Amino acid sequence: MMRKGEPLSLDTASLPAIELVGIDKRFGAVHANKNINLTVAKGSIHGIIGENGAGKSTLMSILYGFYQADQGEIRISGTPVAIRDSQAAITAGIGMVHQHFMLVENFTVLENVMLGAEGGQLLAKGVTGVRRELKRLEQDYGLEVDPDAVIEELPVGNQQRVEILKALYRGAEILILDEPTGVLTPAEADHLFRILQVLRDQGKTIILITHKLREIMAITDTVSVMRRGEMVATRKTAETTVEELAELMVGRRVLLRVEKSEANPGAVLLSVRNLTVKDSRGVTMVDDVSFDVRAGEIVGIAGVAGNGQSELLEAIAGIRKPTSGEIFIEGKPVQGADPSRLRALGLAHIPEDRHHMGLVLKFEEYENSILGYHRDQRYGRGGMLDLEAVRKEAEEKIAKYDIRPPNPRLRTANFSGGNQQKIVVAREIERDPKMLIIGQPTRGVDIGAIEFIHRRIIDTRDAGKAVLLVSVELDEIRSLSDRILVMFAGRVVGEKTAEADEQALGLMMAGIAA
Amino acid sequence: MEYFDIFVSILGSAIRLSIPLLFTALAGLFSERAGIFDIGLEGKMLVSAFAAACVAYLTANPWLGLLAGIGVSIVFSLVHGFASITNRGNQIVSGVALNFVAAGLTVVLAQAWFGQGGRTPQVPGEGRFAPIILPGADAMRDVPVIGPLYANVISGNNILTYIAFLMVPLSWWVLYRTRFGLRLRAAGENPGAVDTAGISVTWLRYRALIVTGFLAGFAGTYLAIAQSAAFINNMSAGKGYIALAALIFAKWKPVPVMFACLLFGFLDAFANFMQGKSLPWIGEVPVQIFQALPYILTCVLLAGFIGVARPPKAGGVPYTKER
Ligand SMILES: Nc1ncnc2c1ncn2[C@@H]1O[C@H](COP(=O)(O)OP(=O)(O)O)[C@@H](O)[C@H]1O
Ligand SMILES: [Mg+2]
Repeated sequence: MMRKGEPLSLDTASLPAIELVGIDKRFGAVHANKNINLTVAKGSIHGIIGENGAGKSTLMSILYGFYQADQGEIRISGTPVAIRDSQAAITAGIGMVHQHFMLVENFTVLENVMLGAEGGQLLAKGVTGVRRELKRLEQDYGLEVDPDAVIEELPVGNQQRVEILKALYRGAEILILDEPTGVLTPAEADHLFRILQVLRDQGKTIILITHKLREIMAITDTVSVMRRGEMVATRKTAETTVEELAELMVGRRVLLRVEKSEANPGAVLLSVRNLTVKDSRGVTMVDDVSFDVRAGEIVGIAGVAGNGQSELLEAIAGIRKPTSGEIFIEGKPVQGADPSRLRALGLAHIPEDRHHMGLVLKFEEYENSILGYHRDQRYGRGGMLDLEAVRKEAEEKIAKYDIRPPNPRLRTANFSGGNQQKIVVAREIERDPKMLIIGQPTRGVDIGAIEFIHRRIIDTRDAGKAVLLVSVELDEIRSLSDRILVMFAGRVVGEKTAEADEQALGLMMAGIAA
Repeated sequence: MEYFDIFVSILGSAIRLSIPLLFTALAGLFSERAGIFDIGLEGKMLVSAFAAACVAYLTANPWLGLLAGIGVSIVFSLVHGFASITNRGNQIVSGVALNFVAAGLTVVLAQAWFGQGGRTPQVPGEGRFAPIILPGADAMRDVPVIGPLYANVISGNNILTYIAFLMVPLSWWVLYRTRFGLRLRAAGENPGAVDTAGISVTWLRYRALIVTGFLAGFAGTYLAIAQSAAFINNMSAGKGYIALAALIFAKWKPVPVMFACLLFGFLDAFANFMQGKSLPWIGEVPVQIFQALPYILTCVLLAGFIGVARPPKAGGVPYTKER
C-alpha cells in the first residue's frame, strides 16, 4: 500500500493533476453524467459548481472509484489509470470528503483514520504510527482534533476535519471536497478555507464542489460549471462574475436577490412562551424560548443545524410534545394540539424534510397534493374520495406553481427536488392559512425553483399572513426575514433586523456573542 | 446445606443449558456486528446437530461429528450470504426461509436414511463428547462451599463447554483488537466508510458469516452429541431465537452476551427444577409458567428495561451504492 503520493518527476510536474475524458454515467433512466471532459491543474483549487442533481457528486464519486463510469478515461498526471474501486483511487493519490460523511459514528477519530490502513493484522501495532502521523498533520496543516474523541460527540466541523485527515493520512495529493460547507457555521467555513489554502500552497490539488457562488468566488482559482449532467463551461475565477456563473448554472438569467417591500406587521397571530422541548433521550433541545409572530411579517430563525430549530418547529406544528411552556394561536392556548386541529385553526406547515414528513414519495402527485387536508368536504364525503375533484385541483396548482412535468398521475419520487418542494409549498399556501411555518424551504432545490418559492413566501406575507421561517442558509434568512432570531444550543440568543451584518449573525450562531 | 446442594445442582445444569445459547449468541454477534441480521441461527443449529449426529454415529468419532456440524452450518451461512449480500435480498426473509429448510430437511433425511421417525440412531458412547473430570475434583468434593462448586459446576463438563467459555474472550479479542474486527464493526455501522476506505464490504461480510457458521456449528454439535446422544426432530426448540434475545439483551457485546446466556440457562434450569414442586403459600405452580419465564423475561427486557439497545446502525440493510 502506498502511503505518500509518488514524488513528482520534473516532466510530469507541468502536466495536469487530473484529466477526465468523455466520462459518461447513467443510473437506470437518469443520465447523470454526459460525456464530461475536465482538466484540473496541479496545485490549484478548482471549483465545480452546479445545481442540485447536476451530476457533480456522481462525477467525483467516479473519480474516487465509488461508482464506475459507463464510458470514459481518467488520467492522473498524464497517465491513464483504471479506477475500479476506492482502493485504486487511494493508491493513485486521490482522497475524497463526501457530502454525507463516511465516518463510523461510534468509533474514535483514531479508529476512523486507521480504517483501511491499519498497518497489520493486529491493531496494537499500527496505533502508535497513526498517532504520530496525526500529530504531524496537525502541525503541518492546523488540522486539530483529539484522536481519542468519539465521532458522534464531535461538532460537525471537527467531523469534517477527520474526513480530511483520513484522506491526508492515506497520502492524498488530490483532495476532493463535496459540498463541504453545507453543515458549517460561517466561521467554521472560513477556517476550512484557510486549511484548503495551506494545502494548496503545499502543492496539493483541491477540487471543491459547491452550489454556493460566493464560496467559488472567495477561494477557487478555476471554476467549472455543470448543468443537467453536462459540463457547460470552465472559467478562470478572476475573469468571471457571480451573475455569469449563475446564468451558466441555470441556463437563463436569475434574480439573485429577492425584492420585497417594507413589512406591515399587524396583530400577533402566533406566540410562543417559555417553550422547552426535550428529545427522547431527555436532552433539552429547545430551552425556554419565547417570541411572537405578527400578521404580515416574516420572522426568520437562524442557526447552525442541530441547535434546536427543528424541534422548535415540530413543537409548534404539533408533531412533538413540548416539555413545558405555552403556544398561542390568536391568544388561544394550543400546546399539545394535534396537527389536524392546528390546521383547522389556520396553521400551515411546510416541514424541513419533504421526503420524511412532507410527501409520500410512492404516491402519485395528486394524492400528495391533499395530504393532511384529505378529510376536507371538498374532496369527498362519507369516507370516499372524489378523485375527479382532487385531480382537478391538483392540475390547477400544477399550472399555478409551474410544477414539471405537469402530470398529477406521476409518482412523486419521479419529480426533481425543486418540483417536489413546490408540491408541498402549493399544498400549504393554497389553503390560505393564517400562519405559515416553514423549515428549510429550499434545501436541495435548484436556483430557479428557489427564486419562485421565495417569491411565494413573500406574497404570503404581503397577503397579511404570519410567517415563521427556519433555515440554516443564512443568506436565505437574511433576504426573506423582517426580523431574525438566532438560536444556539436550544436558546434564542439574540434578535436582529434583516440589515444586521453577516459577521455579527455568524458570531451569534456560533454562540460567541449575543 | 441442603439448599446449597440444590443451588449447586441448578447451577451445574444452568451451565449445561446455557452452552448452546452461548455459541449461538456469539455466532449471531459476528454477523450482526457486520450488519447482517441472522434470524437463521435456529436453522443452523438444527442442521449442524443433524450433521454431527449422523457423522458421529457412522464414525464413532465426536471430532468428525463436530467438523461435519461446522461444515454444514457454514454452508447454510453462505446461502444466507448469497441471498442477502450478493443478491441484496431481505435478511429476515432469507433467515426464516433457511429455518424452514432446516426443520424440514433434517427430518426428511433422517427418515430416509435411518427410518426411525425423523431421528438418528443412538450415537455410541465413544462418538460423544464425554464429561471431563478435572484434577482433584473428587478430592475437593468434601471441602465446604468451594468443593461442591468445583466438583459439580466447574469440573465434569465436556470439552465443548470449556471451548464455549474460551470463545468469549477470543471473540472480544477478535472484534476489538484485530484489523478484521475493526473492519467488521465498521461494516455494521457504516459500510460506506468501509467501502470508501478501499475495503470490499461484500467479502468482509461473507467472512463474518463464515465465523457465524463456524460458531453455530458448535452449538448444534453440542446439542446432538454432548448434551444428548442423537438428533431428534426439532431438537433446537427455539434456542436460536432465545440466543438472539440474549444478544440484544447484551447489547451486541461479547462479555455481556455470556452473562445473558448464563441467565437464560439458569432460568431454564430453575424451571426444570420446579417441575412438580410446590411453592409455600401458593401451592403447586404449573411448570409451564416457569418454562415461559425466559420468554417473559425477554419480552420485559426488550420492552426497555435494559435501556436503549442500539443495534448496529447498518444492520438489516443490504449495502448498495446505486439507489
Ligand atoms: N446512487 C444513485 N442511484 C441513482 N440515481 C442517482 C444516484 N446518485 C445520483 N443519482 C441521480 O443522478 C443525478 C445527479 O446526482 P448528483 O451527482 O448527486 O448531483 P449533484 O451532486 O450535482 O447534486 C440526480 O438526478 C440523482 O438523482
Ligand atoms: Mg451532490
